[in-house]
Amino acid sequence: MIEKRPMVSWFSHAVLLLGIAMVAFPIWITFVGASHDAIRMTQAPLPLLPGDQFFVNLKAVFVQGVGNAKEQSVGLMMFNSLVMAMMIAVGKITISLLSAYAIVYFRFPFRMLFFWMIFITLMLPVEVRILPTFEVVANLGMLNNYWGLTVPLIASATATFMFRQVFLTVPDELLEAARIDGAGPMRFFWDILLPISRTNIAALFVILFIYGWNQYLWPLLITTDKSMYTIVMGIKQMLEAAEEAPEWHLIMMTTLLAMIPPVMVVVGMQKLFIKGLTETEK
Amino acid sequence: MLKRTHFKPSALPYLLVAPQIIITVVFFIWPASQAVYQSLLLEDPFGLRTEFIWFENYVELFTDSIYFSTFLRTIVFSSLVAFLSLFIALILAAMADHVVRGTTVYRTLLIWPYAVAPVVAGTIWMFIFDPTLGIVSYLLHFVGYDWNHRLNGGQAMALIVLAATWKQISYNFLFFLAGMQSIPKSLIEAAAIDGAGPARRFWTIIFPLISPTTFFLMVMNIVYAFFETFGIVHAVTKGGPAKSTEILVYKVFNDGFIGLDLGGSAAQSVILMILVIALTIIQFKYIERKVEY
Repeated sequence: MIEKRPMVSWFSHAVLLLGIAMVAFPIWITFVGASHDAIRMTQAPLPLLPGDQFFVNLKAVFVQGVGNAKEQSVGLMMFNSLVMAMMIAVGKITISLLSAYAIVYFRFPFRMLFFWMIFITLMLPVEVRILPTFEVVANLGMLNNYWGLTVPLIASATATFMFRQVFLTVPDELLEAARIDGAGPMRFFWDILLPISRTNIAALFVILFIYGWNQYLWPLLITTDKSMYTIVMGIKQMLEAAEEAPEWHLIMMTTLLAMIPPVMVVVGMQKLFIKGLTETEK
Repeated sequence: MLKRTHFKPSALPYLLVAPQIIITVVFFIWPASQAVYQSLLLEDPFGLRTEFIWFENYVELFTDSIYFSTFLRTIVFSSLVAFLSLFIALILAAMADHVVRGTTVYRTLLIWPYAVAPVVAGTIWMFIFDPTLGIVSYLLHFVGYDWNHRLNGGQAMALIVLAATWKQISYNFLFFLAGMQSIPKSLIEAAAIDGAGPARRFWTIIFPLISPTTFFLMVMNIVYAFFETFGIVHAVTKGGPAKSTEILVYKVFNDGFIGLDLGGSAAQSVILMILVIALTIIQFKYIERKVEY
């Protein structure tokens, strides 16, 4: 602060608190909705204060499952989401590290061609090529399994660019020194480049985990088998299954469970998250 | 681009780029070229008969008033989302930058909607505005306003704009705050000594200096509203009522997977690809300008 203006300060705090209230209001409503029983959730006006059914509902979505026939356990859906998010994050980071390493540290024919091929993927989001990509995945027999859910999403131009940027700032002397000590290319990669890029990898992991966890359109197309549903699309199925009389207390509980892991990641690893966001997007 | 000291040619670099290149070709370049090819075909839904018809699918799209209104609707939708979320985020970031104590606490409490999936955000807002049960629609009913987004197209649009904006505020806020905090404090202090108040300092110093961030965010917000809001539309309105919330991405999905108009859907995909390419080029031009800046 530059000068003392109590009025301006109070005003700023008030606006910020209002902003926080606006941002948090939907989540409060979700939490309240998840803590009442089915009967209370069909009577308007709905409650604004939490009830005492939170753990009953929690048990209900985990043990009995949700949906029409109650056969989908939220636990299984969360497990699927976790596997998908981890595979996407780890897969993207691995292949991007390798290709960035090749492009920065080796001179070989078609190097630039490969670089531009990777660049093009930036311009082809899933949403604009859904049908043909779906056909490819179907022809490869990758429907309804983890490979189909993740592999088509793990090519990444942004991650490759980020690692390229990181590698370019690594001093040349490191490679020279490593060579004098007799290290080969893979040894140099493992023992020197990877430890140097540790923070960047972690930051990228945070972003990609959220990206993977929140995937919606792709799992919606690839999975028809209920045991492969992810939690984010499971919510949609619940809404659809009960168009007439949605079981809001269970839907809100599932919604809460769907957002807890990525929100924990953002809040818990805030520094890494901000670093990852500002570095990959620019 | 290439390191001054690098390794000698060998087969190794090919092995290193292979996974990325194979995935790129199989799941990106090949399907995209298929989309271009399919957009020139007329296929029946069962794939029994195919006819090469050149650009007829495109001609049909461009002369189709429904497609045109979808296009307009998407532009209105994304402008509303981009403008509202940028505006709110800018105010919040300016305030968070101004207060001395608590900036990090405020930041923590404002950024987490970024982690909420669009479809989850849509579900929650749908619950809040549920015509028979929702809390806000109940309150609106008391003021004498009838809320039913299942019947009223304008209200359905307002609801998806609200859900999409709510989710995007945190992203914009983070970038604005980072931009403001990178402005040297001495500039602000000099202006304060010259007698400029907080509002004046914001408009004459802070706002012009963060204009690259603003421009970058505008592009990113348009991309977000065009593509990533699919989940919101799909969960909340399914494009309805009477197509009043059908945006371009939703139409590609709907025509292709539900309507099985393969050629038409592919032509729409190609148009979307051209849009993304244009936006990417704009964004990259901006980055170059920022380097000079």
